Amino acid sequence: MSAPLQINPNVKNIQQVQNEKLARLAEQIKEDIRRGSIKSFKEVIDVSWGNPHNGGLKPQTFVRQVLAACVYPELLDSEQLEADVKQRAQKLLMCVGGSIGSYTNTAGIPEVVQGITEFISRRDGGVPCHPENIFISSGSQWCLSNILRVLVNTKALLPTAVLSPVPCHPTMMLSLTAEGVIPVPYHLCEEEGWALKGEELQRALQSAHGVCNPVALYVINPGNPAGLVQSRASIQEIIRFVYERRLFLLADEVYQDCVCGADSQFISYKQVLVEMGPPYSDSVELASFHSASKGMMGECGLRGGYVELVNVDPAVMEYIYMLFSMDICASLSGQMAIDLMTNPPQPDEPSYPLYWQEKEEIRRTLVHNARKAIEAVNLLVGFSCQPVHGGAFMFPRVNLPLRAIQSAQEAGLPPDMFYCMRLLEEVGLLVSPGCDYQQEKGTYHIRICIMVQEEILDELLRRLKIFHTKFMKEFS
Amino acid sequence: QSKRKWFCVILARPYKSSQSGAAAGGGGSTWCGSVRGETKMSQQAANGDRCRAKVLTVETMNPNVKRVEYAVRGPIVQRAVQLEKELKQGAKKPFTEVIKANIGDAHAMGQKPITFFRQVLALCAYPALLEEEKFPEDAKQRARRILAACGGHSIGAYSASQGIECIRQDVSRYIEKRDGGIPSNPDNIYLSTGASDAIVTMLKLLVCGEGRQRTGVMISIPQYPLYSAALADLAAVQINYYLDEDKSWSLDVAELRRSLNAAREHCNPRVLCIINPGNPTGQVQSRQCIEDVIRFAKEERLFLMADEVYQDNVYAEGCKFHSFKKVLFEMGPEYSSTVEMASFHSTSKCFMGECGFRGGYMEVINMDPAVKAQLIKLVSVRLCPPVPGQALMDLVVNPPQPDEPSYTTFVKEKTAVLAALAEKASITEQAFNTMPGFTCNPVQGAMYTFPRISIPQKAIDKAKELGQVPDMFYCMKLLEEEGICLVPGSGFGQRDGTFHFRMTILPPTEKLKIVLQRIKDFHLRFTQEFS
Repeated sequence: MSAPLQINPNVKNIQQVQNEKLARLAEQIKEDIRRGSIKSFKEVIDVSWGNPHNGGLKPQTFVRQVLAACVYPELLDSEQLEADVKQRAQKLLMCVGGSIGSYTNTAGIPEVVQGITEFISRRDGGVPCHPENIFISSGSQWCLSNILRVLVNTKALLPTAVLSPVPCHPTMMLSLTAEGVIPVPYHLCEEEGWALKGEELQRALQSAHGVCNPVALYVINPGNPAGLVQSRASIQEIIRFVYERRLFLLADEVYQDCVCGADSQFISYKQVLVEMGPPYSDSVELASFHSASKGMMGECGLRGGYVELVNVDPAVMEYIYMLFSMDICASLSGQMAIDLMTNPPQPDEPSYPLYWQEKEEIRRTLVHNARKAIEAVNLLVGFSCQPVHGGAFMFPRVNLPLRAIQSAQEAGLPPDMFYCMRLLEEVGLLVSPGCDYQQEKGTYHIRICIMVQEEILDELLRRLKIFHTKFMKEFS
Repeated sequence: QSKRKWFCVILARPYKSSQSGAAAGGGGSTWCGSVRGETKMSQQAANGDRCRAKVLTVETMNPNVKRVEYAVRGPIVQRAVQLEKELKQGAKKPFTEVIKANIGDAHAMGQKPITFFRQVLALCAYPALLEEEKFPEDAKQRARRILAACGGHSIGAYSASQGIECIRQDVSRYIEKRDGGIPSNPDNIYLSTGASDAIVTMLKLLVCGEGRQRTGVMISIPQYPLYSAALADLAAVQINYYLDEDKSWSLDVAELRRSLNAAREHCNPRVLCIINPGNPTGQVQSRQCIEDVIRFAKEERLFLMADEVYQDNVYAEGCKFHSFKKVLFEMGPEYSSTVEMASFHSTSKCFMGECGFRGGYMEVINMDPAVKAQLIKLVSVRLCPPVPGQALMDLVVNPPQPDEPSYTTFVKEKTAVLAALAEKASITEQAFNTMPGFTCNPVQGAMYTFPRISIPQKAIDKAKELGQVPDMFYCMKLLEEEGICLVPGSGFGQRDGTFHFRMTILPPTEKLKIVLQRIKDFHLRFTQEFS
């Protein structure tokens, strides 16, 4: 009946993510500790996902106060809440007809969507943004899946493909496969800080010739897991490339607020596109994704994300709308998180000082962690890590000794997975293995989320050093 | 098809330079005339300019997505939103507000949230409130427990894709209690972003095969159009089985058999979907019927999908909600160990009405472990369901107990909500059954009425002229003249030659009575106009 034979082949094709195994092992270890098992560590440090609150970073007070007041409007009478918190909550409640238990318009609460357009416009130096081009959903991946689904061209002779980076975060790979889309890998240049090279894009596109039908290019800027932040010139190069090669541009910009490199600056694809003027600005089809899960808010659990569509055929927009309407609407918690992200307290408002302080503290933590973690890891023999200019992760390369690789093969595990399992078992540190990220063959990496409390970073670096030294000695 | 027109009127152009923008705007109503399907011109052709062809056009896009329709959010709702906008801008209309009786959104119609739930959720959102005396101890205790299960003690952390473990455990306990002790394994519980998410995930998982081996999915007519939309999107074969309008929309196994046998000619039927209590029909299936369906599913080796989101919404005397799982297990091991099933629940309906939280779950029964391994991969794509929705589901399955401080208020509120719904169900049913031109089956449960309307031949002809389905024509006119938004029966499926609409029973009682009166008046006028 529902034996493995009779399952959607797209689902069967989804690669088993090794991280899942590690997560289960971590649960087991936590359970063992709960039952009194003695280990060299009291708790597991989990930095395998981009999950800032899990890493000890705190939510923004303003966001949570507004959310609480919307959830339980009796709080609007509370003296504990500032006037601007109450105003914001009241405004949101009015927009949704009095209760956040209601459904909203498909694309999102109109006032929130309007707020997004103003945010985008401000960010992009005044470039206009139209509300009809915005769709909010329960997470940016949800938006991405919907757009991918529309892009699948089953009428073409060859299967639909999307150029995607190597390395790339596994959720994107999952999304592609689930929609039956083939990834065409283009390699980021590790030696040059994970730079995106034009020639490599050309090569990748060429490799697809006669094999599959590439319809889009997916870029992540700032990167995940790679910590690159693209320069304006690099973005222009990409735009020219998609224009010439007729590709839809999928720009995942969820880490736009996580820039930690001193000389780095986030510039949006949209802004560069518009500044390049015609023919690019009125023809390149662009989907740009943002999320409340990342940045200084880190509200992953509230599930809020949006997509801005640029230069998309109006007739297709109709169908995109229809697809989003099947989900009815994004969760209200997500929509509110997006609103508070795009429309934070202003300098003349009472919540502003605390908001500013909290935000800056997290930013300082990110900058500090990026620097400290890279330094520490690069001191370990066998590790080399590119600088992290943006994003929430470091992705150091580990040169595993031959004996370790052999042991891994004997155990039937990818070598970096082998390393990660031992790391988890021996020092209680949960990171994710490079094999989940489509890395260059013969190279091994681990990904560590650095958007964590400084104390947690110190502890994880300490454990990593102890383990790594021992591991390298054992397998040298 | 003119029902598409409204999309285009409302949909403004995406950002583009003025040369192409003007053409798109000016051509708004003309090129929309043939928007659907292959006859649509590409933007380039419409503009008549020489800008390059787009990558993503109606020709190159996913053909399955083009077949997706979702009536509950379809053209009539678009028009309703437009009318609301116009009213806001001061336009004069024969009505002062648009009453959106199209969607099962209780809070939008004034239903109050359950105090206890909102208290706990507020505490979870802003844990500093745990210090405040105004919150009862049982609310605080639950908030603390939920927060302890969250990464970093924050509802802003991702949870496991399947959902927070202790919540899944609570869901299992709830199911066990509901089903008289039949065991439920938390590993079989998948929390989701509303029930819709879980339903689509299951269909995504199961639909496969090519040509005549393409998966066929049985669904009732009438049905909740998420199913037809999802099946179109997946290019699955939709197999319709008709509920019997003359017998209060009951399900007859003979009809299941007829439809299945016909379907075997052209597809591979593997799934049977049933909504109980029903949407839009409101029928609550009898225990016997549920047994018959289970027996049928076993005989024909079908995966059963039981949509039970309205399980607390049962009003009619003599009607009772029987969970598919309970009946399955009471039928003995021959069935309970073989029939594969998924049952769905949600925080959007029942007495909670918390649609905006997007909370839901499914329980899978007798699923092959290898298939479960595939399922977990699929749910990982969405990372995790909204944590506030997960927390809410926890409260729904773990409400105040008799010895707890919030119990009295909780029970009072819950009872009041369900009583109000029952009253409104009764008022609505009675009203329609006394109106000439309407027949309405008993609203045994759920949140809707689905009355059958008689439409004069002249009106049917006029509708045809305009390229509209007759009940859409009727509902559009009702919207324009009375500001009442309903969903035409054609959006849900109905027997040929019959016409219906779905109206929610959710507006406040006084408003509901007014709405019913106005529908009655409209129908009289309509019938006279087209006599």
